[in-house]
Amino acid sequence: MSQAPIDSTGMSRGTLTSYLTGFVLALILTAIPFGFVMSGAFSPAATIFAIFSAGVVQILVHLHYFLHLDTSSAARWNVLALMFTLLILTLFVGGSLWIMWTLNYRMM
Amino acid sequence: MMTTEAMTSATAVEVEYSDIIGVQTFGFWIYLMSDLIIFATLFATFIVLGHNYAGGPTGKELFDLRYTLGETMFLLFSTVAYGMVMLAVHAGKKKAVLIGLAVTFLLGLGFVLMEIYEFYGLVAAGHGPDRSAFLSSFFTLVGTHGTHVTFGLIWMATLIGQVAVKGLTSPVQSRLTRLSMFWHFLDIIWIGIFSIVYLMGVVL
Repeated sequence: MSQAPIDSTGMSRGTLTSYLTGFVLALILTAIPFGFVMSGAFSPAATIFAIFSAGVVQILVHLHYFLHLDTSSAARWNVLALMFTLLILTLFVGGSLWIMWTLNYRMM
Repeated sequence: MMTTEAMTSATAVEVEYSDIIGVQTFGFWIYLMSDLIIFATLFATFIVLGHNYAGGPTGKELFDLRYTLGETMFLLFSTVAYGMVMLAVHAGKKKAVLIGLAVTFLLGLGFVLMEIYEFYGLVAAGHGPDRSAFLSSFFTLVGTHGTHVTFGLIWMATLIGQVAVKGLTSPVQSRLTRLSMFWHFLDIIWIGIFSIVYLMGVVL
């Protein structure tokens, strides 16, 4: 079995280099927000910014290096499905927070 | 020895099977997207209710970030170990696949045991899900993730058995690919949990 049948599917490509690159980046992007919060040396605003920016970048790193999502045609439908899910997700989460916070404000 | 004709039909079967794996992989991706919606609604619930302590403990009082960092490392090392498993699958190295799956399983098990111990400590101290809306939404969100990881471990144990007995056949490779997606997906959800639940819980 020199040529594995999964080689021609979109989701399974990866090399040792790509996994290790993703691993190192993920370690750094985990260390940054934990360092900000655990040191307590930064203002809350700066800490919250660090948590969210490191979180978003780390999610992108995982999607790219571990789940191998990119702009290639093999991964196109996966990316499209993800984009659509993110749209629904924004409506759910953003809409819920908007409604609940407005409700909270009006009940005060 | 295989005749040329037999080899051609074997290749045709392989090509056909890679189509099937492609469809199965995509179908599983769609499942993961629906799972993402479940987690998104649980995150929204947590963000809405996360500060309703009902006079009970806050996140700042309950969370030990060094402990959370330990859980995070177990899951991150586990997800990278699964990456190594997939490299071994592509190379057709059965023994390396089995060793890699065992390492991934043990790291994932370490994560689940840490989480069970954390939950046990909270409930034993009277900080169970019935204490406040904050703790209800905390246990629901983090517990749903932990349940997913637990089912992933059961799936992984099953596949260790299948690789050992059946070898790296096409259906087994397809299942290994889908479990890899599931495993990486759960680590991505964990990024959201340690950021929003634990880190933000300690800051705010």
